[in-house]
Amino acid sequence: MPCTRPLRALASEKALPYWLILPTIVYVAVFFLVPVVQALLLAFRTQDGQWTTRFLMRMVQDIQFGSALRFTLLLLAIVVPLQLVTALFIALLVNTRFRGSRTFLYMCAIPLGISDLAAGLIWFSLFTQHGYINSFLYGLGIIERPIFFLSAQNTGWVLGSIVLAEHWRATAIVLVILVAGLQMISRDYLEAAEVFGARPWQRLWHVTLPLLKPSLQSALIIRTILALQMFAVVVAMGGRMVPVLAGEAYYWYYLYRNANVASAYALLLMVISALLAWGYLRFLRPREVHS
Amino acid sequence: MTFRQLQRRFLLYMVVVVIALWVLVPLVLIALAAFTPRLELYRWPRTVLPSAFSTATMAFFLRSYGTLTSLTNSALVALLTLGMTLALGAPAGYAVARYVFRGREAFRIGILMTRMFPTSLLAIPLIVTFIRWQLYDTLIGVAFIHTAMALPFAVLITSGIFSGVPKELEEAAMTLGCSRLGAFVRVALPLALPGLAAAAMFTFVISWNEVFAAAILTVRNRTLPAQVLTSLEVAPLDFRFAGGFFMIIPALIFMALARRYLFQMWGGAISER
Amino acid sequence: MAEIRLEQVRKTFGRVVAVRDVDLTIEDGEFLVLLGPSGCGKTTTLRCIAGLERANSGRIFIGRRDVTGLPPARRGIAMVFQSYAVFPHMTVAQNIGFGLRMRHVPRRQIQKDVEEAAALLRIDELLQRYPAQLSGGQRQRVAVARAIVMKPQVLLMDEPLSNLDALLRLQMRAELKRLHREIGTTTVYVTHDQVEALSLGDRIAVMMDGTIVQLDHPSVVYDKPASTFVAGFIGTPPMNFLEATVAARDESVELVVGDFTLLVPAMWTDQLKERAGQTVIVGIRAENITVHHGPVPGSLAATVLVSEPLGSQQLLTVQVGQDVLKVATAPEPLLAAGQMVGLTLVGQKLRLFDKETGKALPVPIPPPSEGGT
Repeated sequence: MPCTRPLRALASEKALPYWLILPTIVYVAVFFLVPVVQALLLAFRTQDGQWTTRFLMRMVQDIQFGSALRFTLLLLAIVVPLQLVTALFIALLVNTRFRGSRTFLYMCAIPLGISDLAAGLIWFSLFTQHGYINSFLYGLGIIERPIFFLSAQNTGWVLGSIVLAEHWRATAIVLVILVAGLQMISRDYLEAAEVFGARPWQRLWHVTLPLLKPSLQSALIIRTILALQMFAVVVAMGGRMVPVLAGEAYYWYYLYRNANVASAYALLLMVISALLAWGYLRFLRPREVHS
Repeated sequence: MTFRQLQRRFLLYMVVVVIALWVLVPLVLIALAAFTPRLELYRWPRTVLPSAFSTATMAFFLRSYGTLTSLTNSALVALLTLGMTLALGAPAGYAVARYVFRGREAFRIGILMTRMFPTSLLAIPLIVTFIRWQLYDTLIGVAFIHTAMALPFAVLITSGIFSGVPKELEEAAMTLGCSRLGAFVRVALPLALPGLAAAAMFTFVISWNEVFAAAILTVRNRTLPAQVLTSLEVAPLDFRFAGGFFMIIPALIFMALARRYLFQMWGGAISER
Repeated sequence: MAEIRLEQVRKTFGRVVAVRDVDLTIEDGEFLVLLGPSGCGKTTTLRCIAGLERANSGRIFIGRRDVTGLPPARRGIAMVFQSYAVFPHMTVAQNIGFGLRMRHVPRRQIQKDVEEAAALLRIDELLQRYPAQLSGGQRQRVAVARAIVMKPQVLLMDEPLSNLDALLRLQMRAELKRLHREIGTTTVYVTHDQVEALSLGDRIAVMMDGTIVQLDHPSVVYDKPASTFVAGFIGTPPMNFLEATVAARDESVELVVGDFTLLVPAMWTDQLKERAGQTVIVGIRAENITVHHGPVPGSLAATVLVSEPLGSQQLLTVQVGQDVLKVATAPEPLLAAGQMVGLTLVGQKLRLFDKETGKALPVPIPPPSEGGT
């Protein structure tokens, strides 16, 4: 019979990983569960403890709500596919390993470190009335007077500018995920396909893209969810001209000090995120790939 | 090299240059704007290159009410975040990298999932909680939120870093007289140090850049982005440009230093393995 | 130096039993090889001795001291890892001196010991280099030097040669043998390479499914394998197996293999008589079959299927009735596929196994007068 000491040692050795992850689990539990519970309480309960849908109704009936939802989804629908295509193109370009591709890759990854607010301000400096773009167009003799890109009369222009800024800022994360994914694909598969006579396009379509599917999936999920929360870029460039859901959540608290409706917006964002993520995981499930 | 190959190579580099310019030009422009004489920014038409190099715009920004305080606040919050995140996340990353234990995969997925949590849902409800806990409008409160946001990344990147240090090295140290902890301190830690430094820099950047929670949860003790965001409506152009430029500097420096580790941090696919 | 004793050591990973209640005594100064295919539990056994794995049950003694609950650092062992595990952030000298530093040996002494160990492994020129600047073979030497400098009671080696190329492996093998002769430390050596095991071990413990199936001197393991598994695992090519029915005659016994009949040396008679009518497995090594180019009375008729000239010998694959055998013969004359030959088996070297269990029937001691066939 083993004595108690090794038994105890065994227990501690086995328990070690759990002790190591415990702080993270506790922290995450506190800082993710508490807000969810608190948000539900704020959104569905009055101060004196009555359950209510009042705040939900206030959110839905607000004049900004409809356009915020519409603009959020519209931006999502434009930006995300655009970014996916651009990032895939750059990733494939980098993957040809031309001379200088590494430097090029790091250059393209720079916006990853730039905050949404700073990015918004950068593009604001381009699109504003006396900004670089207007000056440039004037310099070319195309325009006489500055175009008001960022004015409430021209939501189209504002939207377009936001799309450009967001595309500039956040394509990098998709790119990095895809490049990492491409690097995991063994060159042998491509060479095998080549030996069997596959043309470059066929190799891309039949070998690279299917093997890249897990990376494409996670890039899509992460990007979609981050795009849903688009906030500072929009505020920096258009204020509240183009309302978005995260912006409304911010304003409802910042301007009206109403944490209840703000929480309702936050919950709505959470629900949309969860639905979209679930949808992606459900419908884009990669076939089991064993290496 | 045939003419065709030459042609293709030329085309390739053309595309590369165009993309690189697309990324770099806005950065150059904001830097130029930040050092353009203040009045010139309002002139029409304006030239791309400023007529003179001027620090007046930057000086105006830095001297504006609240800027310097918010700058130190930002640095403090980022450092607090960094400390808490690594203290919590690095052990978890080590556990995921080193041990095969029941629930490891669930833990990894769970951690990944938290990346999908909207910042607004993290920040807004906590206003009430923070007021109760007396954390509202405090730097440590903001740091708590930023830690929650950076923790998933820290766990993933440190686990990547520690898996890069072969287990046998620590085992060898243990057979040579080190305790479990001693083997970690003398072998795993020194080898993981550059990676951990990168993780620290990324964490710093996450906190430095975060604006939503910081703006929601502070009133007087604003961080730099929160300060800039909340003064946007009243801020003149030069303030905005200088602010934008100023915010990206530390981020750019850290990204450049830690670029090798970018992929460990962001590259992981969700349904990997 | 010390003897190692394992008592009923068991190690499981989840539902997999890696080491199944192993009893093993390794004598002081002995070079014991743990041999087996991958997944047989040999490395886990070694790691249990090292203390890198804690056995679920059972006891481990090193030099009479119960080390079952002790961490690796306090077991008086040193280990050479398959991947060498040379610390990349330390120079060769720092690597070799690492264990001594942990033991707080005075610096002068460390330097002296490190130089000695390095000289023994012929890496004294490399002391100031970093591992990244070394070849695989050199790193291997650093790993060995780092272990022996500790003057451990027990030296553990986990497939130390498997990452080297063939030529270097041969060289290192000889060197490890020399080293063991010089320092005489009790050594446990894990390998899946049976040639390594045969050449290095004082004794070999052949493992399968977490148990030791045979523990003996290399020559015995080779010549008298305890089971069809050992016989099939050791030797290139592995031992030939034929299924045979035992037929009892008046005085003698015969083994009937298909259409052929094998004569069995008289020493087996008593054992086989008990098995009359049953099926046994006959084992014979390739080099114990003689090839006749012409018809010889009593030989088995065989057809050459493949002939592989291997330099010092020629390896034939031949068909006898329904069975296919490997036969080693002289390199000249080269035989061609399709050629008919006669085979005689060296009767002394026939080994018999139980068909159900695969276990060897005990080899009887032959009476001194009896000859072959």
